[in-house]
Amino acid sequence: MLRIDISPRENEKPLISNLILAASLLAGLAAIGVVFLAKGVNPFFAIYKIFSGSFGSMYGFKETVTKSIPLILIAAGLTIAYRGKFWNIGAESQLLAGAAAATWIALTWAASLPAWAAILLMFTGGFIAGALWGIVPAILRVRFGINEVISTLMLNYVGAEFIKMLVIGPWKGKTQFGFPYTDDFPETAQLALLGNSRIHFVTLIIALAVSALVYVLLFRTRFGYEVRVIGENQEAARYAGIDFYRTTIIIMIISGGLAGLAGVGEVAGLHHHLTYPESISSGYGFTAIIVAWLSRLNPVTAIFSGLFFAGILVGGDAIQISLNLPAATVNIFNGIILVFLIMGEFFQKNSVTIKLQGAKWNR
Amino acid sequence: MRKINDLEMRGITKSFHGFYANKDINLKISSGEVLGLLGENGAGKTTLMNILYGLYRPDAGEIIINGEDARIKNPKDSMRAGIGMIHQHFMLVQNHTVAENIALGLDDVPFFFPDNYIRKKISGFSQRFDMKIDPDKKIWELSAGEQQRVEILKALFLEADLLIMDEPTSVLTPQESKDLFGIIRKMADDGHSIILISHKLDEIMEICSRVAVIRKGITVGGADIGDVDKKELARMMVGRDVDLRFDKVPLERGERVLEVKELFVNGDRGNTAVNGLSFSVYRNEVFGIAGVSGNGQRELVEAITGLRRSSSGEIILEDDAITNKSARVVNTRGITHVPEERIKFGIVPNLFIYENAILKKHHSKPFSRLMFLDYDLIKNHTENIVERYNISTPSINVPIKSLSGGNIQKLIIGREIESKPALLVASHPTYGLDIGATEYIRRQILARREEGGGVLLVSEDLEELFEICDRIAVIFKGEFMGILKAGDADIKDIGLMMTGSLKLPVQEAE
Repeated sequence: MLRIDISPRENEKPLISNLILAASLLAGLAAIGVVFLAKGVNPFFAIYKIFSGSFGSMYGFKETVTKSIPLILIAAGLTIAYRGKFWNIGAESQLLAGAAAATWIALTWAASLPAWAAILLMFTGGFIAGALWGIVPAILRVRFGINEVISTLMLNYVGAEFIKMLVIGPWKGKTQFGFPYTDDFPETAQLALLGNSRIHFVTLIIALAVSALVYVLLFRTRFGYEVRVIGENQEAARYAGIDFYRTTIIIMIISGGLAGLAGVGEVAGLHHHLTYPESISSGYGFTAIIVAWLSRLNPVTAIFSGLFFAGILVGGDAIQISLNLPAATVNIFNGIILVFLIMGEFFQKNSVTIKLQGAKWNR
Repeated sequence: MRKINDLEMRGITKSFHGFYANKDINLKISSGEVLGLLGENGAGKTTLMNILYGLYRPDAGEIIINGEDARIKNPKDSMRAGIGMIHQHFMLVQNHTVAENIALGLDDVPFFFPDNYIRKKISGFSQRFDMKIDPDKKIWELSAGEQQRVEILKALFLEADLLIMDEPTSVLTPQESKDLFGIIRKMADDGHSIILISHKLDEIMEICSRVAVIRKGITVGGADIGDVDKKELARMMVGRDVDLRFDKVPLERGERVLEVKELFVNGDRGNTAVNGLSFSVYRNEVFGIAGVSGNGQRELVEAITGLRRSSSGEIILEDDAITNKSARVVNTRGITHVPEERIKFGIVPNLFIYENAILKKHHSKPFSRLMFLDYDLIKNHTENIVERYNISTPSINVPIKSLSGGNIQKLIIGREIESKPALLVASHPTYGLDIGATEYIRRQILARREEGGGVLLVSEDLEELFEICDRIAVIFKGEFMGILKAGDADIKDIGLMMTGSLKLPVQEAE
């Protein structure tokens, strides 16, 4: 008979938790291997393809960096939210809100402004739009006790449909031959790219700076302290006189705002117009959840996990073409990794021993 | 037929993560005995009893019943062998009746008329052990003492001959404790054996026939109760001489720090929990509030500390009205609070010790300047608290959850006293702590009194109230049944007041 003992670990040793982290990633890859097998593809070859596609060539690496920009930005915001146990899974539409605001600014004012002013205005507007979109579920939560998982998730659909409505309706470009695009941004509203890559380095610099700032905010400031107290023990926060309303709202201003910045980067750096949501963001708002989680809610380590997942996105494109796998493969990949990471979390918190006992015959 | 005439635990050893919770422990009990199992928190009493009850399996050692190896592998085995356990927290279904709760654990209830069978047995036990209980009452209608009787009945239905009781009086009023001891005596006379886990010396002296003392996982002593006294037991338990009496410096009380006028506070369910209380607390005074928990103490404390709104009335700190001010404002004005559920409210388990040492003070100077926290200063401050309040920890850079309950409470007390508050509100500050930590914390509270602070102490522990309070108010259903000077108070009166059977005209005992 199998006997399984589960007991909470008293102190989590870094070595053990890193080993568990590595083990859960490996186990996740193994599970993904099964999916590849089912599609008749050699799993080792497929996984090799993914990483060689993203990190194995200069072209691939540049693409990886490009895709890591929104992931790093959004994940930085999510680390704050998740440290405060506010489960924001609406970054996808907070990104779209930022993209829409940037588009509006670009098409309304940018042509008559110098580039630096246009870009500054777009980032500011994008931050505010993302923050406003993020405040909605925060208010619903603190005022009416509405579960933020549901509200942020649902607002993703609202946001996406709204963008669709804009690009096929009032914002549809007159110069786009009937495509569901807005008009292209004026030159002053376009971000410069690095060399012959698609890396919009202004956003990259913002992302890296933001990661460092968020780290300082979380671990060196009063606000970060209050966020962590709320996240770890809401009753103690109340006892300590920490304003739960105010802190939660600020958490979501930052989290939504940073996702908004990512949206600005995408439209101003790459697309130069607003279009269908699924073209603006390849699920960055969701992938960033895994990025934040893999970094163990540390915005600086999130830079690396952001690169890792950007690599998977790029590599996913590569195997789509070279192995003729469906586009959803990458989503499956990410989903499985997240599930295994969360399972790993359990093993980090609890020690599990399995004992084999002789079968008992007599009662 | 009796299943257990004598039971012996031999050489019991159990370690967790390389740390011995029990090491080579021997224990013996025979039919008709009441054995006190005495030890501080974390000494290994509960581990040992969990082994006996089959919840844990020992690394080494054996349990011998009537001379034969009992092979207890899980609670089912131990129940079959005749061992029953009354946990500290009752395991009863609140919305079911007494009879239904008892029937839940039984295998052999007859298919027809199960009710009659259970009723008959209940009344049989009730008569035998003088245990009053109404089988048709729902659990939530019962007092803690009555619920405990249901737990005892459950064990008796399973034909337990040996009953393990884990701190059974911790939830009872003095009168209920007395009734429980009566039941225990009757059961022992009837041939049952009882193991009583406790760290209350008075109880052990009163009810037990023998006592075994455990310290740090090893048996440090055992004796017939007639051969030992309290002092000796305390020394065995703690490992050093313990002062059980406090020399409270007689002090003239100073000016008034807190005045509560006609205060009404609602409970969580909208009920009136605090029903028009008026009282004052003065400097150089410990004002105690006695009562069975759930009579409005929590709501009163929360209203004073800014955690709950009052529906009417006034709270005045020195000359400031602080009625319905936020917790932060109240704290800044000079009221600090040692909360009732220390783990749930008082600390953030996963944060480091130094981060917990500034909870509530983190927002103000000197710890916080502009937006930033001064971690060097915070760590210094924490080192000071750790040193001054004797907190044993390997370092301040560990999550506070790795400390023992006593050390956590010392940190909270230290944190709340360090700022020299005008009023310290302490709720059950020594509940569940071992004798060493208890002694220490009571001394700190008295030290605060001597320094000129006022202390509002809410406690269920009458011994504690008598030892450190200047005045004691007894609360029942949100009202004071009387305010007594600790010197003239009679413990029997207080017991009666706690159950609402005696009410003195409440005038401020000036």
